[in-house]
Amino acid sequence: MTTTTARSFDVGASTDVPERGRLVVAIDAGARTVTVGVFRFRGRLFAYENVCAHQGGPACQGRIVSRVRERLDAEQGSLGTVFDEDTMHIVCPWHGFEYDVTTGRHPGRPDYALRPVAVAEEGGRVRVTL
Amino acid sequence: MSIDEGVRRLPTQEITTHTDSREILANAAADTERYGLDDYFIVDVDSHHVELDSWPEILQYLDNPVLRDTANQMMRNWPNAGRLALHNHSPGLTMQDVSGRIPHQAALAEETPGSEGGAHRDVTLVRRAMEAMSIDLQVVFPQPMLETGLHPQPQVATALLQAYNRWFTAEVLPREPRIKTMLGLPFEDPEACLATVEEFADHPGVIGFLVTSQRHAGVHRNAYMPLYRMLEERGLPIGFHAGPNQADSMTSTMNRFLSAHSMSFVTCNMTHMTNWVINGIPERFPGLKTIWIESGLAWVPFMMQRLDHEYFMRQSDAPLLTKPPSHYIREMYYTSQPMEWTDDALLESTLCAIDAQNSLMYSSDWPHWDFDVPGKIAAIPFLDDHAKRNILGETARKVFGL
Ligand code: FES
Repeated sequence: MTTTTARSFDVGASTDVPERGRLVVAIDAGARTVTVGVFRFRGRLFAYENVCAHQGGPACQGRIVSRVRERLDAEQGSLGTVFDEDTMHIVCPWHGFEYDVTTGRHPGRPDYALRPVAVAEEGGRVRVTL
Repeated sequence: MSIDEGVRRLPTQEITTHTDSREILANAAADTERYGLDDYFIVDVDSHHVELDSWPEILQYLDNPVLRDTANQMMRNWPNAGRLALHNHSPGLTMQDVSGRIPHQAALAEETPGSEGGAHRDVTLVRRAMEAMSIDLQVVFPQPMLETGLHPQPQVATALLQAYNRWFTAEVLPREPRIKTMLGLPFEDPEACLATVEEFADHPGVIGFLVTSQRHAGVHRNAYMPLYRMLEERGLPIGFHAGPNQADSMTSTMNRFLSAHSMSFVTCNMTHMTNWVINGIPERFPGLKTIWIESGLAWVPFMMQRLDHEYFMRQSDAPLLTKPPSHYIREMYYTSQPMEWTDDALLESTLCAIDAQNSLMYSSDWPHWDFDVPGKIAAIPFLDDHAKRNILGETARKVFGL
């Protein structure tokens, strides 16, 4: 049986990850290099491996955009599309899969998900654990 | 405190239209390693370059001096015609990149230091994509030229295709032997189709000919028989390359690009395949290799079942057939992209229905928004290595004599 010991890495200053922003870093973790995207939404940090659940694209390096929703009137008629500022999406630039940054999941098919990475913030520094 | 050793901030935090293709596609390298793709012969049977970047050069290959003058005057006088003169490019296609979410669809606006002119730059971009995806040979097609079947003036469409074919064979193919193509046929003009085959069939790198499928010609018309005969005799495949249409009688009801794209890329080839099979073209030209390009695969089992179902009741409507339509369909060839893989069981039965290990050829469609990397084929759990090798390159080697 092999055991891997988790290791934590300082990946940058808190100010490197602004609100609705990101920090993408490559980390040499033993035998392999892991690329991780760290995002901030409403003050909290979220981190994911930069590998899309679709075909492995660099999901963390895509556009950051609010989820698009469609509004309906009382008769169920469409009032058109709007941005939902309460939901931040990261979009894989290869083919457009969108992920809710707080869950890492595709909004329409939650089993399409990014691999979460533990992230913490202490003393103005951001640390991820692999 | 500072960043730990072994941690690197990526120079490209966000991929845009200006990012280098090799960087956009860097994650494909993980597939190369995981599946040992360097050890496979990989042929990409459908990819694209942006011919409108070279449009002023291409228009100088127009044969007719009057049309060439029209093109040059348009480019000189109309503020936005520099890259569009004479073309019927549909403005709705700028929706393809999902509002900037898929930047490489809109432009590969990266630096290509030292490249002189459009053709040289195109070759540089193709090489970058091949390198990033471990592709050995790439069949390269244009993009907006695929819409010329809907041009309001068919004689202009014919002239543009001829100019493009001359430009591509003179400027692009000689620069890189790993680039191949199937040249577009000016299908509105059957005589011009024959002349096109005569002129280019022996040109190095030309490995077949193409019908761009968005058009309203019945492929079974008698006028095309000499063309099919000529291609059969020369052993050159004919491809039907699907394309979008947001303005046909059905898609014009659709309010979303997703809807029109999902349907029109398939219905055009459904139409041609129906005419092709029901009129017995495979019986008339049994040696003509036929390839259906860029419609994905999910439509094919539907066609097999639907046409068989009706054929059994209406044999007199398809008197040339000696076996059910599905048998002919199974004997034709398909490019893989965009391979609809949303349900394992459905994909498995689709691949089985089309005899994928002998009929399917990998295609990337790079740099389009729904492109597929070779790893997508390598990852299919229910194919053995032999089938994967065939799909990734060996079937193409056979079909095109590579
Ligand atoms: S690889 Fe991310 S959307 Fe396809």
